[in-house]
Amino acid sequence: MRYSGFRVIAEALTGHKGWKPAWRDPAPQASYDYIIVGGGGHGLATAYYLAKEFKQARIAVLEKGWIGGGNVGRNTTIVRSNYLLDGNEPFYEFSMKLWEGLEQDFNYNAMVSQRGIINLFHTDAQRDAATRRGTAMIMHGADAELLNKDQVRAMYPFLNFENARFPIKGALMQRRGGTVRHDAVAWGYARGADSRGVDIIQNCEVLGMRIENGRVLGVDTSRGFIGAKKVGVAVAGSSSKVMAGAGMRLPMESHVLQAFVSEGLKPLIDGVITYGAGHFYVSQSDKGGLVFGGDIDGYNSYAQRGNLPVVEDVAEGGMSLMPMIGRARLLRMWGGIMDMSMDGSPIIDKTHIDGLYFNGGWCYGGFKATPASGFVFAHLLAKDIPHSTATAYRFDRFAKGLMIDEKGQGAQPNLH
Amino acid sequence: MIINHPLLGPRDSQEFVYLGDAALIHRPDGMAEGALDKFIDYTYLRDNPAGTHRELWYHEQGDRSWLVVTRNTVTHEITAVELARDVARTEGRSK
Repeated sequence: MRYSGFRVIAEALTGHKGWKPAWRDPAPQASYDYIIVGGGGHGLATAYYLAKEFKQARIAVLEKGWIGGGNVGRNTTIVRSNYLLDGNEPFYEFSMKLWEGLEQDFNYNAMVSQRGIINLFHTDAQRDAATRRGTAMIMHGADAELLNKDQVRAMYPFLNFENARFPIKGALMQRRGGTVRHDAVAWGYARGADSRGVDIIQNCEVLGMRIENGRVLGVDTSRGFIGAKKVGVAVAGSSSKVMAGAGMRLPMESHVLQAFVSEGLKPLIDGVITYGAGHFYVSQSDKGGLVFGGDIDGYNSYAQRGNLPVVEDVAEGGMSLMPMIGRARLLRMWGGIMDMSMDGSPIIDKTHIDGLYFNGGWCYGGFKATPASGFVFAHLLAKDIPHSTATAYRFDRFAKGLMIDEKGQGAQPNLH
Repeated sequence: MIINHPLLGPRDSQEFVYLGDAALIHRPDGMAEGALDKFIDYTYLRDNPAGTHRELWYHEQGDRSWLVVTRNTVTHEITAVELARDVARTEGRSK
């Protein structure tokens, strides 16, 4: 069923009796050509593009819980392509372009809202770094603007411009950045994949891989063995657990990142603001809640909940940047588990096992990458060669010294 | 989280800096055969378990001791705290 304005009117006149479930609930078949492990944004996008762009068939997505119940439902919904390094920026700009056409492409309202993102700077050195980053973005075909203090003040007059220690001196702005309704991304991809014949199998946890003579034969799941010619793993947060089933150790640690939503307020922030002096960023959802977050907690965790020191740190950042946030009450907070990789950048690559492919290590930046991650992973699965925007995301970049380290922190995952 | 320091008693985890897996105590021998591959594994690869994890914490805002904390990464429960020096000696390093 194709969704459209006409369809909404037609259904309204006939008592909304024609709506059908957006995807099927099939039982797993004995074997598939492609198994995607992980029914999150990246896994569903991979299946969607495999079927739609690369014309592959006999595809299944295996999800241990319900689709979209992991990190695609736990992020702060921001999309942007304001990266600096050559290995990253073309990929994230490719993702930005896919976001721009996504709703028409998969015929689903994902509420893509290019409301603009600003990264504030507070010193001359930060301004120079912002200029350099903006230039790198423009060279890769993205958009970037340097705003002075008065331009920022005209947009957000309530910010703490005269902070004695960290006065706001301007901002790097990407107008095409913004927010997207995160759950709808998972649902839209699921519906698009399902309608092209992909089996989305929920409550089906992968317990191990069956590997013989260096070749993957399939996966053992909570619903029995399922054979596959190719297995693609896209389970960021749990990557080390799943890949341990194939005997692999990964260059990453799992960490918890917290996010927060305030009570609903009148329209206040129409874009996304990131603080340059503390780790704090904020946007406002269409329902009115301020959505904000900060640093990861900093120790290995699979708990999906954080601890209070980071709550205090985020609150201090918020108070320092926009003091009036102190009058808003916190409605809810939650944690998600990140694959924190050794250089802060993802891995999309074949493994040393034939037929086993890996997509993970997204740190806290996976949501914005969802469309491109799915597209390039589908490209790798279907053609066995990496997509032109993802050639740097290899396993062996650590051994070869070709790290993509945006923050220059070295092999210390909790600092990225 | 409260870390029960073996010398100082219960301390807030905010006083500490986190490094990572306690396996980092076992730095490979740089002169041994195949040292390069061992150093790549040592520097970049981690077990990253869900469950019991032995890890290094540094008491930066305290007595500047290195500790080996045994903690469950699913519940955050801490079950043992030892001085990293004692652990390293017991496991045969820096005698």
